[in-house]
Amino acid sequence: MKAPLSWLKEYVDICVTPEELEKKLFSCGLEVEETIYFGKNIDKIVVAKILKTEKHPNADKLTVAQVDAGKYGQLQIITAATNIFEGALVPVALDGSTLFNGEHIYNGQLRGLPSYGMFCSGEELGINDDFYPGASVNGILILKEDYPLGSEVKEVLGIEDIIFDINITANRPDCQSILGIAREVAAVLDKPVKEPAYDYVATKGVSTVNTIKVSDLATDLCPRYMAHYIKDLKIGESPMWMKKRLFRAGLRSISNIVDITNYVLLEIGQPMHAFDLNDLEGNQIIVRRANNGEKIVTLDEKEFALSENNLVICDSVKPVALAGVMGGLNSEIKETTKDVIFECAKFARDNVRKTARLLGQRTDASSRYEKGIDANSAEVGLKRALHLIYQLNIGEIAEDNYDLLYEKVENKVIKTTISKINGVLGIVVPNAVIENVLKRLGFGVEICGDDITVTAPLYRDDIEDYPDIAEEVIREYGYEHIEPTMLKTARITAGGLNEDQQKIADFKTLLTGYGFNEIITYSFVSEKEYDLFGFDKDSDEYKYIKIMNPLGEDLSVMRTSLLPSMCRIIASNIKRKNNEGRLFEFAKIYNPKTLPLKELPVESDVVSLGLFGAEEDFFTVKGVVEDLIANFAPTADVKYITSNKKCMHPTRSADIMINGECVGFFGELLPMIADKLDIDKRVYVAEIKYDKFKKHFDGKIQFKQISKFPTVERDLAVTVDKEVSWADIVDVAKANGGDSIESVSLFDVYTGDQIPEGKKSMAFNMTFVSMEKTLSVEEIDKNISDILAALKEKLGAELR
Amino acid sequence: MDELGGNAFRTPYGLGCLLFFMEDNMQEKFKSIIGNAKIDVENVCTTKELNELKVKYLGKSGEITSLLRGMKDVSPEKRSEFGKMVNDLKVEVSEIFDKVEKDLKEKELMEKFKSEAIDVTLPGKKIKTGNLHPINIVKNQVINAFSGMGFEIFEGPEIETDYYCFQALNIPKDHPARDMQDTFYIDEDIVLRSQTSTGQIRVMEKKKPPIKILSPGRVYRSDDDASHSPMFHQCEGLVVDKGISLCDLQGLLDEFVKLVFDKQTKTRLRPSYFPFTEPSVEVDVTCSKCHGKGCSLCKGTGWIEILGAGIVNKKVLENCGIDSNEYSGLAFGLGIERVTMIKYGITDIRTLFENNVKFLKQFDRR
Repeated sequence: MKAPLSWLKEYVDICVTPEELEKKLFSCGLEVEETIYFGKNIDKIVVAKILKTEKHPNADKLTVAQVDAGKYGQLQIITAATNIFEGALVPVALDGSTLFNGEHIYNGQLRGLPSYGMFCSGEELGINDDFYPGASVNGILILKEDYPLGSEVKEVLGIEDIIFDINITANRPDCQSILGIAREVAAVLDKPVKEPAYDYVATKGVSTVNTIKVSDLATDLCPRYMAHYIKDLKIGESPMWMKKRLFRAGLRSISNIVDITNYVLLEIGQPMHAFDLNDLEGNQIIVRRANNGEKIVTLDEKEFALSENNLVICDSVKPVALAGVMGGLNSEIKETTKDVIFECAKFARDNVRKTARLLGQRTDASSRYEKGIDANSAEVGLKRALHLIYQLNIGEIAEDNYDLLYEKVENKVIKTTISKINGVLGIVVPNAVIENVLKRLGFGVEICGDDITVTAPLYRDDIEDYPDIAEEVIREYGYEHIEPTMLKTARITAGGLNEDQQKIADFKTLLTGYGFNEIITYSFVSEKEYDLFGFDKDSDEYKYIKIMNPLGEDLSVMRTSLLPSMCRIIASNIKRKNNEGRLFEFAKIYNPKTLPLKELPVESDVVSLGLFGAEEDFFTVKGVVEDLIANFAPTADVKYITSNKKCMHPTRSADIMINGECVGFFGELLPMIADKLDIDKRVYVAEIKYDKFKKHFDGKIQFKQISKFPTVERDLAVTVDKEVSWADIVDVAKANGGDSIESVSLFDVYTGDQIPEGKKSMAFNMTFVSMEKTLSVEEIDKNISDILAALKEKLGAELR
Repeated sequence: MDELGGNAFRTPYGLGCLLFFMEDNMQEKFKSIIGNAKIDVENVCTTKELNELKVKYLGKSGEITSLLRGMKDVSPEKRSEFGKMVNDLKVEVSEIFDKVEKDLKEKELMEKFKSEAIDVTLPGKKIKTGNLHPINIVKNQVINAFSGMGFEIFEGPEIETDYYCFQALNIPKDHPARDMQDTFYIDEDIVLRSQTSTGQIRVMEKKKPPIKILSPGRVYRSDDDASHSPMFHQCEGLVVDKGISLCDLQGLLDEFVKLVFDKQTKTRLRPSYFPFTEPSVEVDVTCSKCHGKGCSLCKGTGWIEILGAGIVNKKVLENCGIDSNEYSGLAFGLGIERVTMIKYGITDIRTLFENNVKFLKQFDRR
């Protein structure tokens, strides 16, 4: 909300500097987002009289003027302007002067002749016709009045002003007006508010009721509708003072009657509308829901098709206004308008909001209705508008009006206690302070012992209970009075992460220990990722939730896999010549139970890993997976089977099976996908469904006795078919190595010379230990020969 | 031979006083062996040469061993004495060698070390450690600060019903307060939560006072520029018990900002509006860069806005079945990105989501 200081001063004596006022408003909750020093730049632009004009000897289009600039003496100024004449008073920008836009003007030469300044247009002074007649002219501003020569133009015209752009919170619709802000200013400065004048004299015999019939058929959407007849309107221009105010607030002057409605909107915060009575067929105004498909063309010549959700103001046959949003073109005020019906109403805020949003038609009026106006506002606004008609003497005001009122207009009374108010604040505010502050804000206050009765002004619809009163008190008294305490009345609670949360923290710590950097990516991705990554149409990944109003296609669906985001980040890193990296993300995926959603989807935790760089391969990512499992599910039955994920390298990727359940996969990203992402390296990824994985957690630490007896080591190298997996060898060795076999670990895989085609050699180390005794050579030999026999029988292994 | 080497004779005196028993030529021979050994040893440069010398004197066919072969020529009554003398001789020669050997070994070891010399300023083998994302580093700091003050951690769903995200928080449909946030909708009743305040309701529905909850997580708003991201992180805090006041709110936040920024950090409350708190405040902290003097980060004001807070609106308590006459609460909502950016001097929020490895690795200091 833009509030010019000059306008605020009409209602409050402002005795502090603008900077101080800004600070005071800030501390009471009206944050000044920007202070605009209008016209402050303008400097050394003075009133001068044109004494003589001649054609420039060297240029057809230039004029050489001699001017009298008072104390600045006689000056020669060269100009291309054509609207100047001898004897005219004009603004002259002197040497070293500054225009409204901050541009500087210096002496110069034009076609061989010196020019000691520049004539200024209205635009160069930041003003237009609404501010000063003739200021919109495409040429030099010709001053109409006889100002002293050499005086500063911005001072004689009163161009300078300070405009506070104030952020009004949603609970204070009453501050969507100059008067509302003035009330707050008055409260912080502890000054009285000078209310604007509301008085007027009606013309005998002019009657609204006898002129028109008004009915409200949608009282839920229109709880108050006031209509007032103005006869024999003398339509014309508004007075300068009104034009200037509208100009300061950023509005253009249109005509006196339209300007009055806009003025009341700005001053009181009450939207108004004026209908040309002549256009209201059947001399009727009916407030009703639109018929489905009914159409209206608004003042800005846009056509809208309406539905019963939209409230319209109609005459006996057609809509003439979109209630609370904009008037209809068919009943607008014209130069020929003679008789006018003023509308001053309260419309339900949610309905105006819906209509304005649905139709994309948001106006100053709708934005005020959306925030809510109080029940009394229509009456105040109408009175003020009638006063202005009366003051400007531009029409005959009806003696009566319609006031269709379907809600109560009454002050809210809060009966509470001082101790409750202080209880919210945590400090004891002296009773006198409470009383003083509330009275300053326009509240009625009665204190009796601990009891307090507070009567809120009609415009304070937001006040409901003692916490609201507490807020009013502290925002004026000052938050610096709050004395920090550490929950002195609260009971002690045990805080911190629960077991699940701690596990996640541990999980991440482990990953950072492996050299992984955590990434965070958006939860929404492009729909196209699902095809790019080859998710099966009937897979869970492909059932994704779409956002109704996404920022763009790239961010339009909730992800069901972290892999695409991970790969995108790897691609962008490689593009930036980051040649290696280990990344992980721990985030949610969103799986709908049904589509479209009937209930909230399942959100589950997933971990993605991404590894790239010269040192990474299938086994580095596998090493990470294995260690994670060794840490969190050490006793689980783990199997790795070649994965059939379409986004993965078909022979270099594996599904992770824990106790028979697939909890994720890892391996090399399918090279074709890498290609499409402009990744020119092999990339290794993993996706672990953490929520599935955690079901198998058994990482409880239980001390195990270490044998006192020596551990015996044996190495074996066997030749097997290439297809035989290491996992098979381990299984057979462990199953046949007797009770004392402790570990089987691979140290070499070899193919090549000395090994027949289609075979490979696998060399491994085994350890044997017993809790009861030192193992004899014979016992170990027996175990080894059993293992070899089993390997031969089951896997066709030959000792090398 | 060793068993002959008694300690009693292991002195030059012992040897000298026995010499008179010997025949002259034998005594001469003994003397010359010792003398030669001393000369020989002088010329030794390596342990290898020394070992050769040892063989020459003490080996199986060495000079001293061969003396023993002359035992048969000694009269039987003197044999024992002779044996002892030879043995003493052996001990004496050995000692000469041992001394040299010790020096030599030391010398050779030093030479070995010298040959193994490395430039200690060469870089070490790279240890690859990772770290959390800065947002989560800060999130964890926030969690730690409030955990210590008795707050449990609760994470609610990110895809929420309109009820939990708005209505229960005193923001009815088509309420102007909805303009404060541009929400992503899945359908008319399901949204991407625009605030972690949703956690307040989910907790209060299940748990009765005393409640101290911190609810961190991802939130979503339809906004995208240098200071807004369509996805970001918030941390909602909620305390509900008897007699909770604005003083408690400031006390709690004072502690918190000291833990997350530094010990000098102060807070300032100023009035604001949120539908779910009444009174509502914005909380500013003294600028971490200039400590309140005024700089570019705080736009010259000395203060930086970091969170919104207030006393829980009675209606919100009632919506969750908590008696607002008996209990009151405080709530605050913190933007993690904002704190992260202030703390580390990051000016564009998008930097946080680019996940450039060079960026991520800057946060590896503990």
